[in-house]
Amino acid sequence: MKLLYFARVKESTGVAEEDVMLPDSITNIAGVIDWLKTRGEGYAHAFADLAIIRCAVDQQHGNLDTPIAGASEIAFFPPVTGG
Amino acid sequence: MIRVQTDDFDIGAELRALTEGRTDIGALVTFTGLVRDMNDGRVSLMELEHYPGMTEKELARIEREAHQRWPLQASLIIHRIGRLSPGDNIVLVITASAHRHAAFEAASFLMDYLKTSAPFWKKEIRDGEARWVEARKSDDAAMTRWK
Repeated sequence: MKLLYFARVKESTGVAEEDVMLPDSITNIAGVIDWLKTRGEGYAHAFADLAIIRCAVDQQHGNLDTPIAGASEIAFFPPVTGG
Repeated sequence: MIRVQTDDFDIGAELRALTEGRTDIGALVTFTGLVRDMNDGRVSLMELEHYPGMTEKELARIEREAHQRWPLQASLIIHRIGRLSPGDNIVLVITASAHRHAAFEAASFLMDYLKTSAPFWKKEIRDGEARWVEARKSDDAAMTRWK
């Protein structure tokens, strides 16, 4: 599974993109975040406040309940500030 | 039409390109967003990051939705990325319709949706320090009026 991070989230994790093998037990975004938080201080910090975390599954906006079965790309980022 | 680019845009040239050879357009609405210094001249630079691939998909999605809601003959969204300075153009939305109401409303709709769903992030360099611009609750509120 390809994971992407943007803006402040990327600065906390320290990587923009990575390929990971997620445990089969993980079925949705909430599960992915719980798993990521165990991967080190940067990740724990990045996902400490879920109110300021947004996500996309295969480039479509998702939420904590969005299933990840069959997805090839998951991205995490702060609320958007374009325009 | 959607464009994500580092270069500046020429509003006059974009308007001409959109209307060239057409006689069915009665109303054109243009919205231009500029980089604003909200901190009394202390912001020296703005950096625009985005999610290549998803950005284009999201912009195309909201443009499609605008065309479903209003009778538009044409539309254009240009959003700049990379390094910008206060006063620079950052976003351009043009909507073309037979009558003004559809063009005004669609342009407003496109901007409200762009600001809350297109994956762009602004980082400002202020007093030599970089900081991410916070999302505004008023932008979320603006979008809910289109539900």
